[in-house]
Amino acid sequence: MELTGAQAIVKALEMENVKVIFGYPGAAICPFYDALMDSNIKHVLTRHEQGAVHAANGYARVTGTTGVCVATSGPGATNTITGIATAYMDSIPVVVITGQVSTEQIGKDVFQEADITGATAPFCKHNYLVKQAEELPRIVREAFHIASTGRPGPVLIDVPIDVQTRKIKFNYPDTVDIQGYKPNYKGHPIQIRKIAEALRKAKAPVICAGGGIINANASEDLVMLAEKCSIPVTTTLMGIGCIPSSHPLNLGMLGSHGVFAANYAIHHADLVVIMGARVGDRAMGTASKIAEKADIIHIDIDPAEIGKNVEVSIPVVGDVGLILRELLDLVTRGDVDRWIETLERVKREHPLKHADYTDSETVKPQYLISTLSEMAGDDAIVTTEVGQNQIWAANYYKVKHPRKFFTSGGMGTMGYGLPAAVGAKIASPHSTVITISGDGSFQMSMQELGTMRQNNLGIKIVILNNSGLGMVRELQKNKYRRRYYQVSMENNPDFVRLAEAYGFRGERITCNSEVREALERMLADDSPYILECIVDPEEPTL
Amino acid sequence: MAKHTLSVLVENHPGVLSRVSGLFSRRGFNIESLAVGITENPEISRMTIVVDGDDHTVEQVSKQLNKLIDVIKVKELDDAESVRRELALIKVTATASTRSEIVQLVEIFRAKIIDVSKNTLTIEISGDSEKVSALEDMLRQFGIKEIVRTGIIALERGNKVIKNNNGEE
Ligand SMILES: Cc1ncc(C[n+]2csc(CCOP(=O)(O)OP(=O)(O)O)c2C)c(N)n1
Repeated sequence: MELTGAQAIVKALEMENVKVIFGYPGAAICPFYDALMDSNIKHVLTRHEQGAVHAANGYARVTGTTGVCVATSGPGATNTITGIATAYMDSIPVVVITGQVSTEQIGKDVFQEADITGATAPFCKHNYLVKQAEELPRIVREAFHIASTGRPGPVLIDVPIDVQTRKIKFNYPDTVDIQGYKPNYKGHPIQIRKIAEALRKAKAPVICAGGGIINANASEDLVMLAEKCSIPVTTTLMGIGCIPSSHPLNLGMLGSHGVFAANYAIHHADLVVIMGARVGDRAMGTASKIAEKADIIHIDIDPAEIGKNVEVSIPVVGDVGLILRELLDLVTRGDVDRWIETLERVKREHPLKHADYTDSETVKPQYLISTLSEMAGDDAIVTTEVGQNQIWAANYYKVKHPRKFFTSGGMGTMGYGLPAAVGAKIASPHSTVITISGDGSFQMSMQELGTMRQNNLGIKIVILNNSGLGMVRELQKNKYRRRYYQVSMENNPDFVRLAEAYGFRGERITCNSEVREALERMLADDSPYILECIVDPEEPTL
Repeated sequence: MAKHTLSVLVENHPGVLSRVSGLFSRRGFNIESLAVGITENPEISRMTIVVDGDDHTVEQVSKQLNKLIDVIKVKELDDAESVRRELALIKVTATASTRSEIVQLVEIFRAKIIDVSKNTLTIEISGDSEKVSALEDMLRQFGIKEIVRTGIIALERGNKVIKNNNGEE
């Protein structure tokens, strides 16, 4: 079959079973768009290329497949960088296709030329600059393979315009053989036996579960192991959802913005089992201290994460799902009754604040989010922005299932929430999709309201409006002697009228007594909604 | 800090060198030297990288290198178990009165004179880094005009080879 390079990419995407692409056109990618028009693949036109990558990220996280997005050369390509870095830090499989100036013009600084493979090398699992059209089928095949296997991540394919127009014979390879890329899935049996032994002996074990559990679709296995051995579980920000929030063994999120009981457990444990998590500074900033008291087991698909930030007694490289299933056959419950009792007491003595109704002059975000999670139903998908809103959502939204809670964990990218919700709603049109936002973050991606409108996406946008950059303001309050500077956004737009400008309904609430009824109205049907909640700028994160 | 020698087999693609060197600067690893050239298989290049750092750092370097898709194999070479060589070209000022002394030095070091002009000699020396540095030291008194060094290349002694199929060697 003779195809142009552009047609070959489209054909390859079809072979990869791609249903949706998020993107934004421009001259250097026009041959691809021309070919895409004749395909059944749906294209969602975002309002910014960063939004396209975040949407692909949200889509990938809902479906467990690889998200795909497209941009043109130069500024289109550079606009994807923050999205790529966000997906990279959170190990989300995304394939990014960019147009490039023609091969003979590369390096001459012609109009809209940017070295995007050079620029994204630090944030990509891998990238390609395609010089020969014949290589396109193999490269697309490899890109999907690399993005989705091992530790997932973004892969970028940069395609010069002449490569898109050249004719080639299309042969899609059945298999991939990359000499330098052979991820290891099976955990070493001796190490697995050592873990079982350590779990049996431990008097105060705790599991620290990260996003790797969700990537590996291993949530059920994790819960079974925790239940079988009565081991309490704390999750990282990325791990939220891998065990139901209300599960009696779930202590909540750990780390600098985490729950007291979770941090207590980590610091008093004699055995810490880290699974699918990378011991990041926000979750385990005191890792070396923890390791002084406890033996550390680290299970991860990425060998480079093991031993990077903490000394590990039992390292295991492999797929956490496979390893958990092998462990389940080997483990027996240890002598942990006293430990569980202690943690129950700690939980009782240090509950989360303000989750219950308190009359207040502003909306208490803790109450709002707890109530929202009660009312939205088990299948609702929640995305968050970054700042105080992210932490409130992480600690107060009760997530019941994996692949329902998406946030930019590693990068903390403001402007992630709304476009990620766009991707989620496209992936799962019948789910309630909610994005919890701050007034600052919302304004970083609010142009995606246009994408919502054009695609009739009934996303529910909850804006916690504290008239500024709450989390930075809090930092200035605590660390910079209340010298508040550039953290106030007094002249925010009227968000209700903004909703109306796009043809959406919107509503503003100012106190807790309005919360329940407003949420009822918001959740009553599947139409887009902006709920602006007036929050006290002094409200502390914790 | 100790020096460690890594032998790295990589795909012979454009851009690989920048990926590798970018990784070092990005992760704050110090490269002492890096030498690269193609191998018996023209699709594969071999890099010899000398890294400054403790064992933990070197382990991280190896693991991070292994994560690069274009990197096929990374192996740390044990000093005692490998042969290591560096090549240097040294251009030194030579007058009528110093010329014979320089020639004598070159002979002692088993180096070679590869270019001659009225007032310079260019010397080629190969050996381990210490030997190259020793000759450099000796020549300094005459006035070194220019020097270029390749950085270390190394192979394991005896039968051992680094195979490019993952895992085995
Ligand atoms: C793109 C980006 N720029 C800057 C920051 C730094 N930052 C972290 S939280 C925050 C404030 C966020 O404000 P808002 O979205 O209103 O949320 P709030 O903290 O008020 O809930 C800022 C500026 C960031 N995380 N991301």
